[in-house]
Amino acid sequence: MTSSSHPPARPTVHHVALAQIAPALADRQRNVGLHLEQIKAARAKGADLIVFPELSLTGYFVRDMVPDVAIAPDAPEIDELLDAAGPMAVVLGFVEESPQHRFYNTALYAEGGRIVHLHRKVYLPTYGLFEEQRYFAAGERFAAFDTARFGRMGILICEDFWHLSAAAIMQAEEIDVLICPSNSPGRGVEGPRIRTAETYEHLSKAYAQLLGAVVIVVNRVGFEDGLCFWGGSTVTGPDGRTIVEAPMLDESLTMATFDAADLRRQRLITPLARDERLLLTIEELNRIKRNRYGC
Amino acid sequence: MAAEAHANDLTINAELVADILTRFIRTEIRRAGFERAVMGLSGGIDSSVVTFLAAKALGPENILAVTMPYKTSSDATNRDARAVVDHLGVRTLEVPISGSIDAYFSQFPDAARMRLANKCARERMTVLYDQSASFNALVLGTSNKSELLLGYGTQFGDMASAINPIGDIYKTQLYPLAAHLGVPDDILKKTPTGDLWVGQTDEDELGFRYAEVDRLMVLMVDRRWRRAELIEGGFAPEFVDRVATLIRRNHYKRRMPVIAKLSPRTMDRDFRYARDWGT
Repeated sequence: MTSSSHPPARPTVHHVALAQIAPALADRQRNVGLHLEQIKAARAKGADLIVFPELSLTGYFVRDMVPDVAIAPDAPEIDELLDAAGPMAVVLGFVEESPQHRFYNTALYAEGGRIVHLHRKVYLPTYGLFEEQRYFAAGERFAAFDTARFGRMGILICEDFWHLSAAAIMQAEEIDVLICPSNSPGRGVEGPRIRTAETYEHLSKAYAQLLGAVVIVVNRVGFEDGLCFWGGSTVTGPDGRTIVEAPMLDESLTMATFDAADLRRQRLITPLARDERLLLTIEELNRIKRNRYGC
Repeated sequence: MAAEAHANDLTINAELVADILTRFIRTEIRRAGFERAVMGLSGGIDSSVVTFLAAKALGPENILAVTMPYKTSSDATNRDARAVVDHLGVRTLEVPISGSIDAYFSQFPDAARMRLANKCARERMTVLYDQSASFNALVLGTSNKSELLLGYGTQFGDMASAINPIGDIYKTQLYPLAAHLGVPDDILKKTPTGDLWVGQTDEDELGFRYAEVDRLMVLMVDRRWRRAELIEGGFAPEFVDRVATLIRRNHYKRRMPVIAKLSPRTMDRDFRYARDWGT
């Protein structure tokens, strides 16, 4: 069982700030300043949660600077940001150095000044323009977590979001809110929108409906070595409708409001997670595993 | 599948592309600590598009469009460059290169015309880099994707720049972009020429038309069709092979010089930083 038995006392209307920023590349101090500004502005707008993009404290093409910009989750910079956030929950991205000196592309969720969950990006794209496996160790878990205010939550970072299995695990975790911090460079300029943005829109809408969850995607903007990060951050309701879309290409702090009561309404109409046959899925995956790996 | 079915692969949303490229120019110039840009303006579609984009990105007062005629340069070249300058209100400077080029070749009177063409391209590069120091600006590149792939440019000449906004746009795709930006019709209608010598045109020299080679390259390079698939799609085997060879043989022009590796960390091999590092 999960915390989906929402106590009636819990607030159902939530205000989310989408911090669609353009971090400086491998300049952590400057980015801490940028985060502090956004946190202050989001609090002034009454946000209950602020979500930053993937690797928001470092920028994306960090390359050989990875060990130089890496910090542990208990680093003073993170404490400073969580203090500044006060009662507002925070999702932000950073390069995490483990005690074994492995480097992860990590996003944290914190509330009340305390880190509740760390998600280490599992799927590190290393094809085309991407080279993440060269620099990062891969995370080994897709785990959801309970929050004080927003119900059960899951985080998938950028490429994780493109893997159906990751979304399926999140469905099995019976999450209420799925958060995807991303650094998506735009590719494909033949249509009305950047093609990569269209894909994110399709995925967000599909996952929101299939999981009966609110899906929050926060994508950065700005350029790094010619790559254009397109922004267009979104919040999608459990019925698959876009609640808010931040501007394409521009920096912005976009506010969105969602009502957790919509989760109940949507699940009454289409109870997909209820009808999932998890044991059947596990059996089938085990059969495939035996056939493929002989164990 | 016939390649005709993929004719739309060269379609671009000109408004979206102009928006991205304008932001690209502004961001890259400013993150390097500059406000201004300089480019060579020939009056052809490539340099005209770049000048239009730069004027939009930085304001015409921050743009220096340099014309660098050689004595054989055509009147059309000068007239079309002038039309761009007048239309945009950018700053301009004419630096004729005949004196320095002719002084050099007086020592080598038998030099082939390709040497003259390359020398002119490199002379223009040194003028642009010098003017960029004087104007406190960065040099914008004007090589398009077709030229870069085919190697139809002079290494360290017209291929040299600090920032190239149009290097991922095929020649064919520049026309809708130019039309969207308001580049004068005369420039859109004229036959592509490097004006390397009297009467020279790109397509005569290359031996095929941009419309044709771009349709092939977008499938070969961007969609990664194999040789057999391209031939089955309707392209002549000789044409496919000729273009594949040009792309391969000219790859050196698109790379920094090869460094012999000796130490644990060598530039661009295992000393790997983004150029925009720290900005």
